[in-house]
Amino acid sequence: MTGPLYEVFVRAKRGLNHVHVGSLHAADDAMALRNARDVYTRRNEGVSIWVVRADAITASSPDEKEPLFDPAGDKVYRHPTFYEVGDVPHL
Amino acid sequence: MSPTSNVDHGPYDGLDATDPAHWAFGTGFADPLDGIDPHVPDGVDRVALAALCLRLGDEALLLSHRLSEWCSRAPDLETDVALANVALDLLGQARLLLARAAVVEPGVVPELPAGSPVPAEDALAFFRDPPAWTGSRTAALANGDFGHTVVRLFLASTVRLVVLQRLTGHPDPVLAAVAAKGVKELTYHRDWSGRWVVTLARGTRESRRRTTAALGQLAPAWAELLDRDPAVRDDVEAVLDQLLDASDLERPDEGGELPDDLPDLLAEMQSVARAHPQGRW
Amino acid sequence: MDDLERQFEETVARHDRIEPRDWMPEGYRRTLVRQIAQHAHSEVIGMQPEGAWITRAPSLRRKQVLLAKVQDEAGHGLYLYSAAETLGVTRDELEARLMSGAQKYSSIFNYPTPSYADVGTIGWLVDGAAICNQVPLCRTSYGPYGRAMVRICKEESFHQRQGFELLMTMMRGTDEQRAMVQESVDRFWKPALMMFGPPDAESPNTARSMAWGIKRHTNDELRARFVEMTAPQAEALGVTLPGNDVDWDELKRVVSGDGPCNAERLAHRQQAHDDGAWVREAASR
Ligand SMILES: [Fe+2]
Ligand SMILES: [Fe+2]
Repeated sequence: MTGPLYEVFVRAKRGLNHVHVGSLHAADDAMALRNARDVYTRRNEGVSIWVVRADAITASSPDEKEPLFDPAGDKVYRHPTFYEVGDVPHL
Repeated sequence: MSPTSNVDHGPYDGLDATDPAHWAFGTGFADPLDGIDPHVPDGVDRVALAALCLRLGDEALLLSHRLSEWCSRAPDLETDVALANVALDLLGQARLLLARAAVVEPGVVPELPAGSPVPAEDALAFFRDPPAWTGSRTAALANGDFGHTVVRLFLASTVRLVVLQRLTGHPDPVLAAVAAKGVKELTYHRDWSGRWVVTLARGTRESRRRTTAALGQLAPAWAELLDRDPAVRDDVEAVLDQLLDASDLERPDEGGELPDDLPDLLAEMQSVARAHPQGRW
Repeated sequence: MDDLERQFEETVARHDRIEPRDWMPEGYRRTLVRQIAQHAHSEVIGMQPEGAWITRAPSLRRKQVLLAKVQDEAGHGLYLYSAAETLGVTRDELEARLMSGAQKYSSIFNYPTPSYADVGTIGWLVDGAAICNQVPLCRTSYGPYGRAMVRICKEESFHQRQGFELLMTMMRGTDEQRAMVQESVDRFWKPALMMFGPPDAESPNTARSMAWGIKRHTNDELRARFVEMTAPQAEALGVTLPGNDVDWDELKRVVSGDGPCNAERLAHRQQAHDDGAWVREAASR
């Protein structure tokens, strides 16, 4: 793929938190932001977007027990679904 | 989520009451100038205004068409979506501008048989022969590789951005509004394509070789675009220099001539519409 | 059954979601990767049959709608690959499995689209069938997959609507256009019914997938729902639907690679992949 994996967070409108919406690949931070705009906010203007490299996220374990399966190999913490607040926003 | 099990509440419920904000790019309405006052201010030369709208509209439509050919063929999905977004922005500008040209000066619209349901914007797009088109050869040029596409897009966006910036003060309020909307879009197109040019120029040996080649092939395109809009030369030269600097690329010689790919483009684009001159779509 | 497995079974049984870092049986993970990947491949390959008409769309509005629609499908592919990546596979690996034929995509995209009416028919019937299949998946047991499906389903309903609207407009046009619509529906109806998969009696994995909450309804249930939903729409449109008798051997042939356009679709994908290799490489440095 084109560059590293980035996680994307979108503020659907003012007054709401940024919510995790998915991920994408990009050459660098600036392109990740642009790709996120094109891919995840095609239908609405006026939103705020965060992108963060998946390998920069530190995540907790879902419970005390260590999972037998590490979901993403060497990039264990790539999908921070704990950041989710309620439903996926209506984009 | 609307349940689809119940025929009374299927996805067709909203068919007549679509929320245009959720239709991709406002495609929920038929007339691009719907709700806009068609009045042309006194003192505005209608023939010149229509010609200007047509020229800007043609340019946007042709470039949009070439970009749309990338759909399902881009280097990755992210880029596929991004190219389609640029194509859709330009297509949106084209619709507004062609429709405006037709309102300002109905004489520019090709004559169709009586009773034809074809709207003016489509008559202009699908029933006009090549000699009547006023876009650049650069815009109509057949696609090359991805490097060629981002270099062309950068050159065309750089010129168009300055042209539209200057039109935001035009006495025709419709053209001024289209230009203001276009400035936002073009700023993004220039930025997106410029970043790709830099990334490719600084990437691998192969990508640098291809980017240099594209720049050379498109040197006559740069010359053509500046010939069409000489007034913007100083502004846009500075931007190109900045890009070349960031990419560590040399400015190519401006020799050479561009092929005329417009007839082929139109033969394809107009084929279905012309096969059904009385058709409704 | 150990503690982890019991915990997993309990989570699924109370219709709660499994999330990426949870323990999961290897069979569950493998089934999910395969299902999500094949779904993603279908979205991406599905760009081609309609995408072929973008440059010839007969009005500027239709060109806009069609390009936006096919673009959405690229987005759907991306959301789904992104969900699959939470299970420890990369998009590169999945694309390689698509192109080697190790993973399949929906059989429907192996049929040709010789007429502009096919753009409408695909929106109406193919996206319509996809909605029937996919709405229940919004409640699937794996969190990232379900969330991707919520977004996809919202966009699919616009796809179906634009397709139906195109057909409706063409039906109000010339006799030739009405004939185009009927001819297109004649070609796509049975392949659309096949989109729900083989009859339940011949679908060995359905029971396991339903127990795991990956699937929520059987193939035949979903197919019946689709037929029931579509009949009044066909009537409103003024087209006749061919019978519902499907040649299941045809489905087998098309899925196993012997459909009218299998080779063409994969070659197109492979070409785009190869042509873009130097770009991806340059951007990954
Ligand atoms: Fe889709
Ligand atoms: Fe769709």
